[in-house]
Amino acid sequence: MSRKLLLANDHIPGIQSYEVYRSNGGYRSVEKALKTMSPDDVVEEVKKSGLRGRGGAGFPTGMKWSFLAKPEGVPRYLVCNADESEPGTFKDRYLMEHIPHILVEGMITSSFALGANTSYIYIRGEYFYVARIVEKAIAEAYANGWLGKNILGTGFNHDMYVQVGGGAYICGEETALLESLEGKRGNPRIKPPFPAIAGLYGCPTVVNNVETIAAVVPIVNDGGDEYAKIGIGRSTGTKLISASGNINKPGVYEIELGVPVEEFIFSDQYCGGIANGKRLKACVPGGSSVPILPDYLVCKTATGEDRLMTYESLSDGGFATGSMLGSGGFIVYDENQCIVRNTWNFSRFYHHESCGQCSPCREGTGWMERVLHRLEKGMGNMSDIDLLVEVAKKIEGNTICPLGDAAAWPVAAAVRHFRHEFEHHVLHPDKVKDPKHGHREPIMPVKPQPVTA
Amino acid sequence: MAAPTQGTREFNPEVRGKIRFSDEALQTIEALMKRYPEGKHKSALLPVLHVAQAEADGWLSAEVMDYVAELMKISSIEVFEVASFYSMYNLKPVGKCVLEVCRTSSCWTRGAEDIVVYIGKKLNIREGETTPDGMFTLKTVECLGSCGSAPMLQCGAEYHENLTENRVDALLDRLRTEGKRKSYTDLDFQNTK
Ligand SMILES: Cc1cc2nc3c(=O)[nH]c(=O)nc-3n(C[C@H](O)[C@H](O)[C@H](O)COP(=O)(O)O)c2cc1C
Ligand code: SF4
Ligand code: FES
Repeated sequence: MSRKLLLANDHIPGIQSYEVYRSNGGYRSVEKALKTMSPDDVVEEVKKSGLRGRGGAGFPTGMKWSFLAKPEGVPRYLVCNADESEPGTFKDRYLMEHIPHILVEGMITSSFALGANTSYIYIRGEYFYVARIVEKAIAEAYANGWLGKNILGTGFNHDMYVQVGGGAYICGEETALLESLEGKRGNPRIKPPFPAIAGLYGCPTVVNNVETIAAVVPIVNDGGDEYAKIGIGRSTGTKLISASGNINKPGVYEIELGVPVEEFIFSDQYCGGIANGKRLKACVPGGSSVPILPDYLVCKTATGEDRLMTYESLSDGGFATGSMLGSGGFIVYDENQCIVRNTWNFSRFYHHESCGQCSPCREGTGWMERVLHRLEKGMGNMSDIDLLVEVAKKIEGNTICPLGDAAAWPVAAAVRHFRHEFEHHVLHPDKVKDPKHGHREPIMPVKPQPVTA
Repeated sequence: MAAPTQGTREFNPEVRGKIRFSDEALQTIEALMKRYPEGKHKSALLPVLHVAQAEADGWLSAEVMDYVAELMKISSIEVFEVASFYSMYNLKPVGKCVLEVCRTSSCWTRGAEDIVVYIGKKLNIREGETTPDGMFTLKTVECLGSCGSAPMLQCGAEYHENLTENRVDALLDRLRTEGKRKSYTDLDFQNTK
């Protein structure tokens, strides 16, 4: 049985409420940090834990915290990124809905470490009901003396607020999120300056994902070294994985980093295998922005080693034969799913969500969507396939924020691994007219392809 | 980014003059503005617009946005700029219950399209349209963070997951019987998992 840190008490009835959460050891990390540790001690434990940002980029959290500027007399802010809009990702929602207090607790402990007297939890607008749950937890924390003035008589003051968004994927990007939190359009800022120097209202700010902040609770409780014992190499601790698509048991799973992908997909403890007795065709392991993997690269790397659920193993092989852990949005596709159709679906998403500031992203995402649409409908030609790759290349690296890359990578990877399927759409327009073409007749037998870099 | 099809509208001073939110809404707005430091109350704009939309029959007209600007002591263009960027703000009238069906990959893979077609046939409307009685609007939206319980739709604050035709029938019946406008800010939401 693998260890659980965030969802350990998930099964306890009433764990949503303050009383039950507290009686199961809740808010210990706040007591420990405020009464027995200095802010720098807490940062040190987080560094030792090896915790990496769970929002997608995987940047070491302790290091990020130590970059925070501390000019005299200027307030600092902690902002929690609960925007969770990356397709395939629903773990933050699960955590906030089921154990809201772990987020509130983590926010207090983290704010203490950063010397922030105010924090905001930015929740995507669609999660309005979740925002209510978190707000209730905050109110309970105030009522029990964990928030407000002079917490636990230590002289530390802290106020925490929830802010709901208005529906825009781009507000998950941290500088767009800050713009949105200031009541503006979610246009990402040009960096530098980074939020650690000039973030919310121009003040030093740390932006962290919900899961990252929740992980601070076990790290402070048990120590960073203990946390670092879980996992493999630079992938320490546990990770929430949102599993969806054609599997028997979709849902949120807390895994110890290092679980083999094969075990994750096929064992009953996790996804329980491919639904309806079908075969695995492809997998997007880290949310829609990461490269798609064809079946023969899902469970094994190109060099034939077992693929593991870690930052390193999932990206083994680079973009040629690897992918990324990303946000942990694990989407599985069976043999009936059409890759062209799915790539078009993702492209439409990125076109819809581009904020429009940079021309390569604004125009390029629309262009890719249109080309993919005509390919999908059987109205494209062979040169369209290379055109896609070309447009993707022109977006990549030429934009203000990484949404451009996020839009380009999935397209480039789909063409790289499933070119035969794109060609099939060009050669057999009659067979792909029916929107459900993959379902009636799998487009191509799923067979290992020679791996070329 | 909000759909570019939503444009500016005529501004009618007479309509504008008659707008007044309920005392409860005005209090909520006051309280929302207090969550931010001195002089930074513009931060409350997104949450305030949700309250405004719920007060104003589910959509933000030019007049309502102007009223919000006055309440928040900011310019109308600042309000319009934001309202037109985010997809949850309607700049056109909508039905009492807006059915927002997720159409992104995980949901698609598990039959979201069939659900859209089914609802469309049942209500005799296409995507983006409202039933003649003003009860339902059908929309498709991008991933709502419910991919593991696909297909799904959102209506106001409510999440309805693991949809089947039967569950859609039951939901529409319930909504029609209740006959109430569904807003994101509702407190009495009933999710179905
Ligand atoms: C387009 C885009 C969307 C993003 N969406 C999210 C999101 O929904 N949630 C999140 O936590 N991070 C998201 N990120 C990553 C954030 O910018 C940022 O790296 C993260 O919040 C940092 O927190 P962490 O270090 O705890 O992961 C997104 C980034 C980009 C470029
Ligand atoms: S890359 Fe796209 S989303 Fe990011 S700032 Fe540029 S236009 Fe906006
Ligand atoms: S794909 Fe539909 S909720 Fe995520």
